[in-house]
Amino acid sequence: MKIAITATGNSLQGPVEQRFGRAPGFIIYDTETKESKYVDNKQNLNAMQGAGIQSGRAVADQGAGAVLTGHVGPKAFATLDAAKIKVYSNVTGTIEEAIKKFEAGELEHTGSADVEGHWM
Amino acid sequence: MSGKNGSITIAVASGKGGTGKTTVSTALARAAHKEGRKVTMLDCDVEEPNSHIFLKPRMEDKWQVSITVPEVNKEKCTACGECGKICAFSAIIVLGESAMTFPELCHSCGGCWKVCPEDALGEIKREIGMLRTGKGLGGIPFIYGSVRIGEAMGVPLIRQVKEYIDRDGGLTIIDAPPGTSCPAIESVRGSDFVLLVTEPTPFGLNDLKLAVEMVRVLGIESGVVINRCDVGDNKVREYCAAEGVPVLLEIPDDRRVAEAYSRGELPFEALPDLEKKLSDLLGDILEITSKSKETAANK
Repeated sequence: MKIAITATGNSLQGPVEQRFGRAPGFIIYDTETKESKYVDNKQNLNAMQGAGIQSGRAVADQGAGAVLTGHVGPKAFATLDAAKIKVYSNVTGTIEEAIKKFEAGELEHTGSADVEGHWM
Repeated sequence: MSGKNGSITIAVASGKGGTGKTTVSTALARAAHKEGRKVTMLDCDVEEPNSHIFLKPRMEDKWQVSITVPEVNKEKCTACGECGKICAFSAIIVLGESAMTFPELCHSCGGCWKVCPEDALGEIKREIGMLRTGKGLGGIPFIYGSVRIGEAMGVPLIRQVKEYIDRDGGLTIIDAPPGTSCPAIESVRGSDFVLLVTEPTPFGLNDLKLAVEMVRVLGIESGVVINRCDVGDNKVREYCAAEGVPVLLEIPDDRRVAEAYSRGELPFEALPDLEKKLSDLLGDILEITSKSKETAANK
């Protein structure tokens, strides 16, 4: 399965970005091949509205089955839920650590948004 | 916006909030009314309308304003994704087996209905706010909109308020929202003149520059009122001189204005010597707009 981790740049040693909708990018990690790649998401940084929805779309397009991030708002959660992507929020530390915890089964996925939308 | 019949629309705007848009716009409407002009006052600051506090209108009518948003028929939707491609606001998106909507982001442009090849989108109404009409001090027709609490979609409501612009030879004064984003642009768009109210402070200047750039993009004549002109520095005047934006009126900081404001009275009526200046301001604006119309007609 592919997992998407919110990232500030193309490095596994970098921190897990705490915002989902306005994450600068995503590390897409394949748990089978152990390969990873970086997907830029900067066009969403300055989106006036709907950043979470577009980020949800972006990780769905990458074929991700799970998202590891800090916080997810209601619209982003609804989008990820519709795409049948499991959400693991409140993930901290480096991206590499997050992947290890995920593979060790130490993370639990959430059933709802964990923060309010910024607009509504 | 104005026709050949002499209708004129003046929008009162500002980059910065709290500079005195409402104070100036209501004073201008009052001045025009005292001169015997046919004047209509519109409060387009739908997120925080307050002209009515000063104009004390007798409201005659009110109704809900709704916009039409798409509703997905999941039986018909094939998840082709066309609706999501055309939507600039992520209000409709296809993920999984069918399209899903975020009605609060929908600007009701109609694009998704047009591109859907399966006729899978229905229409539902979403209430965004209220529109109220009445008559203010001395019988000035007064219209204002107020968005529903928590609603982010002010622009369609502003369009409804602007339906009341006098196109039959009268003068319309628009109290615009602050800033330079969609609601401010929608409020001033199509006006014959934009009066920018500022204060001589670094914040006032910074936001005035943004507002001047906005009206230039929209191609509308503008002029400046410097409110509380005796506080702060000289940089607003220097900027206006350098950019060729006329300063049409300077109003001093005066405790009597603040006292009248706190009582909900028309603030500038506390300064009797301002009456003539407001009348001159109106005269200057009308002269500028008539000149620019002549120039446009001669082109």
